Amino acid sequence: MSVTASDGADKPAAAHQDETPPPRISRLYSLAAVLSLAGLADAIFLTVEHLSGRSVRCTVTSGCSEVLGSPYAVIAGYPLALLGALAYFTAFSLATLAAFGSRRAGNFLALLVALMFAMTLWLLYLQAFVLEAYCQYCLLSAAITSLLVVIVIARRATK
Amino acid sequence: MRRKLPIIIIVGVLLVALAGGALLMHPSRTLSTATLPSPSTPTPRAVNTPGTSTTRPAVATTVAPGTHLRGRSDAPVLLEEYADFQCPPCGFVHPILKRLESEYETQLRVAFHHFPLRTTHKHAAEAARAAEAAGVQGKFWQMHDLLFEKQKEWKDAPTARPLFLTYARTLGLDLEKFTRDIDSTVISNRVMNDETSGAARGVTGTPTVYLNGRELAFEDVTNYNTLRALIEREIAAKK
Repeated sequence: MSVTASDGADKPAAAHQDETPPPRISRLYSLAAVLSLAGLADAIFLTVEHLSGRSVRCTVTSGCSEVLGSPYAVIAGYPLALLGALAYFTAFSLATLAAFGSRRAGNFLALLVALMFAMTLWLLYLQAFVLEAYCQYCLLSAAITSLLVVIVIARRATK
Repeated sequence: MRRKLPIIIIVGVLLVALAGGALLMHPSRTLSTATLPSPSTPTPRAVNTPGTSTTRPAVATTVAPGTHLRGRSDAPVLLEEYADFQCPPCGFVHPILKRLESEYETQLRVAFHHFPLRTTHKHAAEAARAAEAAGVQGKFWQMHDLLFEKQKEWKDAPTARPLFLTYARTLGLDLEKFTRDIDSTVISNRVMNDETSGAARGVTGTPTVYLNGRELAFEDVTNYNTLRALIEREIAAKK
């Protein structure tokens, strides 16, 4: 009961905060959301390429076949790119919520981006030293994640 | 409304992402279905003798002279493969093709064309020459099979030649002749001719497989049941 009473007491205050002054939309988090969208599109493309088998075929021009056809491109039977798509979608959601003022979403985003960056470094290592082949779509994803790291650090530094 | 806006944006993006993914998958499905030929539809690229369309067309004779062929010359179905011995998906497809070849012994003829991806596979061209060199001694297909079966053994080796010599020895080849042939210009030209013919047909990756002249989608080639169904349809179409 006391919870209800407390909720009832908090809600008008929160609503009041929302209306005056309206929360400013963070430009840095908005940029992070847009970048996450680009990463999401890239990861969806790679997932579809993998599932349809198109990228798995060896080709003359791209190292993608070497990278996406390798055992490292699959986790528990699912394409790694699918995990990437989920990560980018989560990053997009958190960045959007953070842009609209959620501090907690900002904290989770920082944690997620750190994990994504660690994964990116591992995948770059695999491409450079194990597979000795580069997939341009994977490199694009690495660039996006690196930019997300820069944005999260910049945001935290300017707080 | 302002509070709900981020949720609306997130849900909207989720829906767009799912729809986008489904749309991207769609062309591949269409291609896959398109490769299933209707028995009444003549296959493109296959050479049909005018006026004999109701009888069995001489499809199996449409390959270039010198092409490596396995199976009966009067087989109604010709499966042509452009492959690279070092390409892992080609190694994956190999047992599927072998199984179908034995199942359709009298109805399926297989042609092999080299398409070594020289820039990505360092031993691919040498492997192709090794198969050709074995072919000079009448053992092309035996070496072809061995190279695919042992692919994992040689594909990452610093130098593949000692392993190729071991395979040649296993097949009982004259090693001196094999070594001479593998580096000969004639053999090298044969491999390059295949690459040129593949490029002219629009081959850009391996394995690329044609069934009676019709290019198959990759996912159809890697699936035994689908490929079997496609072969069955071709057989039915030629009856």
